[in-house]
Amino acid sequence: MNKNIRWKVITIVAVLVIFGAVGVYPIVASQYGITSPSWLMAKQLKLGLDLKGGVHLVLRVQTDDAIRLEGEQEMERLREALRTRNITVTSLTMPTIAQIRVEGVPPAQDAAFREAAADLAVNYDRSPGTNGSYTFTMKPNIQVILRQESVVAARQTIERRVNELGVAEPSIAQQGANADQILVQLPGVTDVEHAKEIIRSTGLLELKIVEAGPAATREDLLQNGQVPEGMDIIPGSADATGGGTVYYMVRKAAAVSGRDLTNARPSVDQNNLPAVQFTLSGEGARKFGIVTETNIGRRLAIILDNRVTSAPTIQSRITDTGQITGVTRDEVTDLSLILKSGALPATLTYLEERTIGPSLGADSIRSGIQASVVGLLLIVAFMLIYYKLSGVNAIVALLFNLIILIGLMAYIGAVMTLPGIAGFVLTMGIGVDSNVLIFERIKEELEAQHGVRAAINAGFSRVFLTLLDTHISALIAALFLIQFGTGPIRGFAYTLIIGLASNLFTSTFVSKTLFELALGRQQRQTAALSI
Amino acid sequence: MHIFTNPNYNFLRWRWHAVALSWIVILAGLGLIYTRGLAKGVEFAGGTSMIMQFDQTPSVDAVRTALNQNYVGGGQDAIVQSYGDPSLRQVMVRVPQVGAEQGAALSSTAQAVEAALRKGNLGNFTVVGTEIVGPAVGEELTQKGIWAFVLSLIGILAYIAFRFEFAFAVGAVVATIHDILVTLALLAFFRYDITLNVIAAILTVTGYSTNDTIVIFDRVRENMRKMRKGSLSEVINASINQTLGRTIITAGTAFLSALALFLFGGEVLRGFAFTMIVGIITGTYSSVFIAAAIVTFWHRQSPSKLSSAAPAATATPPARRSKSQRKARAS
Repeated sequence: MNKNIRWKVITIVAVLVIFGAVGVYPIVASQYGITSPSWLMAKQLKLGLDLKGGVHLVLRVQTDDAIRLEGEQEMERLREALRTRNITVTSLTMPTIAQIRVEGVPPAQDAAFREAAADLAVNYDRSPGTNGSYTFTMKPNIQVILRQESVVAARQTIERRVNELGVAEPSIAQQGANADQILVQLPGVTDVEHAKEIIRSTGLLELKIVEAGPAATREDLLQNGQVPEGMDIIPGSADATGGGTVYYMVRKAAAVSGRDLTNARPSVDQNNLPAVQFTLSGEGARKFGIVTETNIGRRLAIILDNRVTSAPTIQSRITDTGQITGVTRDEVTDLSLILKSGALPATLTYLEERTIGPSLGADSIRSGIQASVVGLLLIVAFMLIYYKLSGVNAIVALLFNLIILIGLMAYIGAVMTLPGIAGFVLTMGIGVDSNVLIFERIKEELEAQHGVRAAINAGFSRVFLTLLDTHISALIAALFLIQFGTGPIRGFAYTLIIGLASNLFTSTFVSKTLFELALGRQQRQTAALSI
Repeated sequence: MHIFTNPNYNFLRWRWHAVALSWIVILAGLGLIYTRGLAKGVEFAGGTSMIMQFDQTPSVDAVRTALNQNYVGGGQDAIVQSYGDPSLRQVMVRVPQVGAEQGAALSSTAQAVEAALRKGNLGNFTVVGTEIVGPAVGEELTQKGIWAFVLSLIGILAYIAFRFEFAFAVGAVVATIHDILVTLALLAFFRYDITLNVIAAILTVTGYSTNDTIVIFDRVRENMRKMRKGSLSEVINASINQTLGRTIITAGTAFLSALALFLFGGEVLRGFAFTMIVGIITGTYSSVFIAAAIVTFWHRQSPSKLSSAAPAATATPPARRSKSQRKARAS
């Protein structure tokens, strides 16, 4: 064996050992319950949701909410500024989510109004109208930023919640044309409704001083038939167990909100009923201290997602802890989880929901493996019959190709899906094309009677450029598939691309080395090739 | 072993027959799509699809009756069919309705369907899989699918134009579009749902079909340098004949693997495998008959110098090769 071939063989064996260890070994080992070495097992080829079973959700973040919320806060701030400056206007409204409209600014106070609204004008464009009216429109770039931020914040909140749920290897990603969708994949989870509720709950906690109430009906709290400016009427439960409905009037702006919360955990109240105990951050605790100190004897409404869960009377100054009561034992754990992970900045809407039961996934794996085995056998039979001993060469190259394919997929952490298995089968069928091209060329060269070695060399060298062209054009199509697809389709595209790359290696380098090895012992003059 | 011994068929003579045949299939397919529409999978059409495993497989009619009696939407628009291997006792129910795209309401239809079947005395069952897709998803997917397809065609066109010449690129792309149209026609005829998997298969066919075409074009490029006296038609014909064995064998192995998928790949991959099978057949046909015909047609329209279009691809001296070529053909 000459030196050149020896190096080629060493390279091939090394590639085979490395990819076999990364890709094939963990799969085989896990079949027999072997779990070591852990550094190899950790790289095991991951199965997609369609094979493993689990929940696939696509949510849309209602980014309008973020704009509206910002607008409401700005409007309340303006109202506060006007009050401190003693400017009375006829009305303050929001005609659209991005607009604040002020009407009836007294002409004498126009300059003072502009000064009061200076803060607002930072993020809003001001346009004066007739009779002392002003329309403030949120600047477009601020709107874009707010929308983007709300999606990112929602994604992070969902990530925290899913992690708290203890799902192994969840996948959470932003997607969609406007990048306002969030894809959540929870492998192994089957209780969709529970998962959905936890992900979707707004989880907004607010602590507000009760201005009026509790009252039996909403109407009892109205003044002159309407809700006073800057106030809100919020329903709540009449007793500690969550029964009945009463109404409270509170200020729109919250004294302390869930943003100031550092921890929440299940607990019990003084009557030994389930409760969630929360802890406030330094800044939140300071604010809460001031509010409770100045309002001793009044009621404090603890509001969760716009519902008063309880409204205890403040006995003394409280700083950093509080309790949410009136929840059931089942809700306690979920609620602590949701509060701890922070509130969602906007509401979420489900666009797509898929549940794949574990049995369905197992069926898919079974039929996928069946198709692979049958496909492989058909091709092996065909190649052996048609190309005789050279067919063995092609089959060895094909098996190398598959081992490299599995190894690379495991190594880069690509996910194997059912369409991925299809890609695997197709890689076999289309992959031998390279060998066929080369072998057919070798046959032609043999007929031209240039001798076996020359025929093999010419066969490989002339076909190489063709192979490059075909592989690159197939690669172009596969790359756009990645762009197009999510989940399963992406798995398919990865399989195709990796299969193309390893095929180029095996069909040229490996296959040629095998020929050289086979011819190595034969005499130059009498060399023959079974093809 | 040889499939063909020195084949010398005049493929270009049949090109107009081939073009006519293709047009017939494509127009019939387009007519079918226009009148009946393409059946869309849940991910494109939106709707609710559920797979249930029963203790005792109910008849399709029984499921439909249960829907008619207990489901608000009724059973007339529902697709009910047994799913997967009969021994699994699975039934797929698909209704076009879907809960509102508002909050968590999307799954309300699925719950209604499940409740309707529970009331229908069909025996015990468990829901093993659901797929609920709101209308917004389908619209976006269609957009993305079309873009992916158009961009990959442009990419292939550019690559072939760069490596060969523009006429070849046009030939390859027209052949590919032809394959997609024929595939769509057959999908419509056999009423396969257009699902994400089918779209993936169509994009794969795009790659496969150009693959086949490129192998022939590569040989055309090589022969252009060797057969300087031959006309373009002669060169193309010789090239198709020389690569015919390879074309058939490759189509054969690809076909075998697609067939394995079709027969054993299970319910989910059936549409995918069907698309691949059709794509492989039409892809092979179009590389032989359509792509080359387009190149000759294009050249007749705008004759350009052929020799200048062929970059030096191989290092072997062409003279020696062409001698053997002539010998081979003479025998």
